[in-house]
Amino acid sequence: MYKVAVIGGYDSIYGFAALGLDTYPVENSAEGVKIFRQLADGGYGVIYITEALAGELSAELEKYKEQYLPAVIQIPGVSGNTGAGIAGVKKSVEQAIGSDIIFGEQ
Amino acid sequence: MAKTQVNPTRMELTRLKRKLVTATRGHKLLKDKRDELMRQFLDMVRDNMALRLRVEEGIKAANTNFVIAKASMSEETLHTALMAPKQEVYLEASTKNVMSVDIPEFDYRTRTADTNDIYSYGFAFTSGDLDDAVKSLADILPKMLELAQKEKACQLLSSEIEKTRRRVNALEHVIIPETQENIKYITMKLDENERSSQIRLLKVKDMMLEKAHHYQEKEVSW
Repeated sequence: MYKVAVIGGYDSIYGFAALGLDTYPVENSAEGVKIFRQLADGGYGVIYITEALAGELSAELEKYKEQYLPAVIQIPGVSGNTGAGIAGVKKSVEQAIGSDIIFGEQ
Repeated sequence: MAKTQVNPTRMELTRLKRKLVTATRGHKLLKDKRDELMRQFLDMVRDNMALRLRVEEGIKAANTNFVIAKASMSEETLHTALMAPKQEVYLEASTKNVMSVDIPEFDYRTRTADTNDIYSYGFAFTSGDLDDAVKSLADILPKMLELAQKEKACQLLSSEIEKTRRRVNALEHVIIPETQENIKYITMKLDENERSSQIRLLKVKDMMLEKAHHYQEKEVSW
């Protein structure tokens, strides 16, 4: 049995609390790293992270990419979409094929 | 000439031949694995992208709704309203095996079956916009979980493809040619040894015959 966590700036994630996801608002990247590590080892199946915060924790995120769980998924925050989530998908295509031949022109 | 130092012995030759057979077989299998992984990955990554675009749009819309909701009520009221959620989401993760890559499959359950439990507040002090905002976020949640599953699968598959591709390339361009080269070197060396011992024997035979019959002396006396 796993739970679902959402981590990011308070304004971006407070709504998820109503749905029953665990929200962890963070204010800076140092705090973000600390909480993210706790969550990643804390029995969460899916961790949604705002793109803004993910940008600062990219080294941490990379570690969990090849692990079975948790799935760390980037979501856009309230301040808008940085395109990091889509870039992540493109990156995995690049890793698998060698160059992005599917979404390259988009 | 072989790149690595090998002992030109029959034992080594047998070992190398066996190695070559294994390597060739492994190469074929890994190549098939890579192709199949690639096929599955391409299907999955297209779904992943479509899903992601949809989820991002949904979250964006929900965020807009939340901003509107926030505008029409005080921050304290909003905080209090969302402070104690009634609903909880649990995930059940089962494992699906795709070409020996374990990928998780999520099945989600909510603590209560009532869909209205997402509204964890009394309606007296909050604006109707908040209800809309929460509803729009709740609508996108199943898609978000599906996205999590797909995206994780894509990440796991892509790293497995990368590993497999490296192995295929290493076998194809390094291990197999090197072994073939070594086998060729040993075969040639052994042949060469055989020829040289043949010649040595012929020479010895000549010498022994010479000693027994003194051909050369007879030739001179004629």
